[in-house]
Amino acid sequence: MTKVAFAPDVFTWPAEEPQLIGSRCSVCQAVTFPRKPSCPRCGNPDMAERLLPRRGTLVAWTIQGFLPKAPYAGGETEETFRPYGVGLVQLGDEVRVETRLTEADPEKLRFGMELELVVVPFRTDADGTEVVIHAFAPTES
Amino acid sequence: MHDVAIVGVGIHPFGRFGPKSAIEMGAQAVRAACADAGISWSDVQFAFGGSNEVDNPDAVISLLGLTGIPFMDVYNGCATAGTALELTADAIRYGKYELGVAVGMDKHLPGAFTADPEYYSAPSWYGEAGQFLTTKFFGIKINRYMHDHGISHATLAKVVNKSLRNGVLNPNAFRRKPLDEATILGARMLNYPLTQYMFCSPDEGAAAVVLCRADIAHRYTSNPIYLRATALRTRRYGAYEVHSSWAAVEEDVAPTVYASRAAYEAAGIGPQDVDVIQLQDTDAGAEIIHMAENGFCADGEQEKLLAEGATEIGGRLPVNTDGGLIANGEPIGASGLRQIHELVRQLRGQAGDRQVPGNPRVGYAQLYGAPGTAAVSILTT
Ligand SMILES: [Zn+2]
Repeated sequence: MTKVAFAPDVFTWPAEEPQLIGSRCSVCQAVTFPRKPSCPRCGNPDMAERLLPRRGTLVAWTIQGFLPKAPYAGGETEETFRPYGVGLVQLGDEVRVETRLTEADPEKLRFGMELELVVVPFRTDADGTEVVIHAFAPTES
Repeated sequence: MHDVAIVGVGIHPFGRFGPKSAIEMGAQAVRAACADAGISWSDVQFAFGGSNEVDNPDAVISLLGLTGIPFMDVYNGCATAGTALELTADAIRYGKYELGVAVGMDKHLPGAFTADPEYYSAPSWYGEAGQFLTTKFFGIKINRYMHDHGISHATLAKVVNKSLRNGVLNPNAFRRKPLDEATILGARMLNYPLTQYMFCSPDEGAAAVVLCRADIAHRYTSNPIYLRATALRTRRYGAYEVHSSWAAVEEDVAPTVYASRAAYEAAGIGPQDVDVIQLQDTDAGAEIIHMAENGFCADGEQEKLLAEGATEIGGRLPVNTDGGLIANGEPIGASGLRQIHELVRQLRGQAGDRQVPGNPRVGYAQLYGAPGTAAVSILTT
């Protein structure tokens, strides 16, 4: 069964070791996620695609405790919804990305902890297609 | 450049009002502001109207009188009312007009705001992924702030407890029932560490102010309040803001800090001079963070200040004396003019049961919202 990415151009897929797809400014080297048509620091419209580091550290986080309204596309109902973590994760010294976390227990999240990009189930469509999304998971210590 | 005075304020209560339209609420607020200034609508030379839900706030003129004046509609997120105020003041400062009205009105459905992420320069998948939520941003920001600066969960509850008690004293507020700290802390966790009662709600309401050139203010009132400064700022590279899918590694401070510094400088006033404070408390954490971002304390000092009751009406730093957004809710277009209404009442000594003691002379108002916009206003007697 093929697993389909929830949106194109967010992470490399299919891939053994998926990476987030960002961009880097050819003038000031600012890195963005996702890819941007022009540089948010200097305005330069020449941005090159950049695959981002797969590992990072947790800068800040919350737990999404309620089912978001549309355009949320996770497919849950009020009954099936499970809270998920959302964090700001610093990838090397390049960029910080706001992303889902695989961990949703405040007791298990620590500022500065090491995380790694994974691709996880998001929803299953009516035709049986498995849709996947990127998230960051704590690495074994 | 001319100085600007506030000679009239008016408010339509905040809350939920069934079929009553935002336009009707806006007209009611303008009528109240004109009555407060002792003028009639036909004396008004121009107006700026702010709203999120109403495409054309200038429709209020059909209820107030079709006098043909220029009426400009503005929308600038949660800083909409601050923007209407600044533009009205600027038109007087630069000498184009002598007297005008700033009005804000809104009527939102219950529940969190939603929209297309692309309108906020966020990727379209950002909403599909479940990240296009202002509440999530506020949870992330205060969680990190609490970790960095030693703020406790109990202090978040103290903010809400205080705002609701102030709301009890404010007949125009939406939420007028006090809650104890244990109930606030024990409520459903929406975005850790923020519980259900720690967020404001979108609701309905309107507010208006009459501004004029300071040298003619005595025609309308014996106690004009002077608008010493207004400042608007957007986020800079390095600030992590609402609806950001990413941030730079090098951190910069939030736009509020820049707006605040600019307003203090323009007014020639420092935070130590301020007697009454209105801060954007979209959530309890935002009030805590904004105390420091606006220069009223050092990062982390809030823990002690709130324990001492410093932000109470009778405290050293009275914050959100009318209950703020937590007790009033947020009709976006009106929210910042509600702040001005409260400051003017306080500086005139007309705030009744919630009057700050000691004849306050300087008032300060701050707005902040998506996608990273801040507005600050400073008023004095
Ligand atoms: Zn650049």
